[in-house]
Amino acid sequence: MIIGVNAGTPLRGRRVAIVGIGAVSACGIGAQTLFDGLMSGSFSEDRRIPGFDPQDYFGPKEVRRIDRFAQVSFAAAMEAYEDSNLSERDVDVERAGVIFGTGIGGMTTLTAQQMVLVEKGANRVTPFLAPMMMPNAGAAQIAMRLGWQGPAETVTTACAAGTHSLASAARLVATGRVDVVIGGGGESVMDPVTYAGFGNMTALSSSGVSRPFDVNRDGFVLSEGAGALVLEDMDHAMARGAKIYGEILGAASTADAFHITAPRADGAGARRCMELALEDAAITKEEVGHINAHGTSTPLNDQAEAIAITALFGQGTVPVTSAKGVTGHSLGGAGAIEAVASVLTIESGLIPPTIGLETLDPDITLDVVQGEARKLEQPIILSNSFGFGGHNGCVVIGKRA
Amino acid sequence: MSDDAAFEKFKTCAVEVLQVSPEAVVKEARFADDLDADSLDLVELVMALEETFDITVEEDELEGVETIGQAFDLVNAKL
Repeated sequence: MIIGVNAGTPLRGRRVAIVGIGAVSACGIGAQTLFDGLMSGSFSEDRRIPGFDPQDYFGPKEVRRIDRFAQVSFAAAMEAYEDSNLSERDVDVERAGVIFGTGIGGMTTLTAQQMVLVEKGANRVTPFLAPMMMPNAGAAQIAMRLGWQGPAETVTTACAAGTHSLASAARLVATGRVDVVIGGGGESVMDPVTYAGFGNMTALSSSGVSRPFDVNRDGFVLSEGAGALVLEDMDHAMARGAKIYGEILGAASTADAFHITAPRADGAGARRCMELALEDAAITKEEVGHINAHGTSTPLNDQAEAIAITALFGQGTVPVTSAKGVTGHSLGGAGAIEAVASVLTIESGLIPPTIGLETLDPDITLDVVQGEARKLEQPIILSNSFGFGGHNGCVVIGKRA
Repeated sequence: MSDDAAFEKFKTCAVEVLQVSPEAVVKEARFADDLDADSLDLVELVMALEETFDITVEEDELEGVETIGQAFDLVNAKL
């Protein structure tokens, strides 16, 4: 990653190792469960996290006082932490951080307390409203449990929040501010108000089927979930003999500066973001073995993303997949879940197919992995996320030759 | 309502809100030291008590309330 420009020369930062992964998704609990679900196309009907029980992570008092979005964020982060095999003696707590995003935060708590206000009066609204609904509640819970006292922050860029969080987390390692950081994103807004809002803006699939890049795609399918990566200074990780999945090689962020919900039809902002991420990673586009697309299954996103990818990479040159046919769209959780999927794609050497896709839209000029998994030829993956507001985020995950 | 019956209802609220065992809810128990309850826990407990007993407790009445017994007397006096 580039951490500055010195007299026209990019200043390279420290290498950022990926040493732990965690995910909770519509496939169930765990990163491997996610990847198995992507490969087999199995997921919960309602796109909630099957088998998730907050009591596995929190005491009874905490369960009541932590919104579910923060609970699922915490669950993914703890899995990633355990997977990293970090022990207390490996970590200088002042040089350890948490960057955990969400698109919305504790909407479920807010809407429930609004009902309390109307039905029972102001005196009955919980004193925990603010700490439950605040979008940084997930990051705070993770930092508190681990006792990590470096930067603990939250990025809220809608559906790009997970990817932007990972990018910020990686940059903290690259610049030398921290030795270790948990980056990720989580979301749980399966409440009637959220459904109504997204439904009325016609963003949700009316058929209830997530079919990225399909000619019959009709919107996204809302889901809950979270993903997390433990990132560590490469030298630090090697010194303690950590399992290293790969690296965050680069990342980038751009804005469409165009429309509050619609992407630019020419995909220019997304294209520029991908281009900058490759520059940040100091790789050529020919080195990219796979693109893990944002691929929401909305007519506008998938078309604009296809145009952007084609403009940068050429027609059908890179295998593309979207996880959202399986996971649905967990907004601020999505980019982080897809980063975990990307890590396991490298680990297994197999690109999962785009489940739900039956008939590729003839206007989508991409090589979409369809039907069966495909061999990953080069272990470098570009993962895209694009959020309402025109926020574009790209992260490059991989192993250098 | 007898004092004993009122205290049983009080105890049910405390167990539910503070997530402590019924045996821990004795009149001598101190909120902070014995029941691990902070100021926000007390706010929640008072809300539950107001609802259960259909009473109103003003914020300034809670000043100096540090034990289960003090809190119960405050509630019981309003019944």
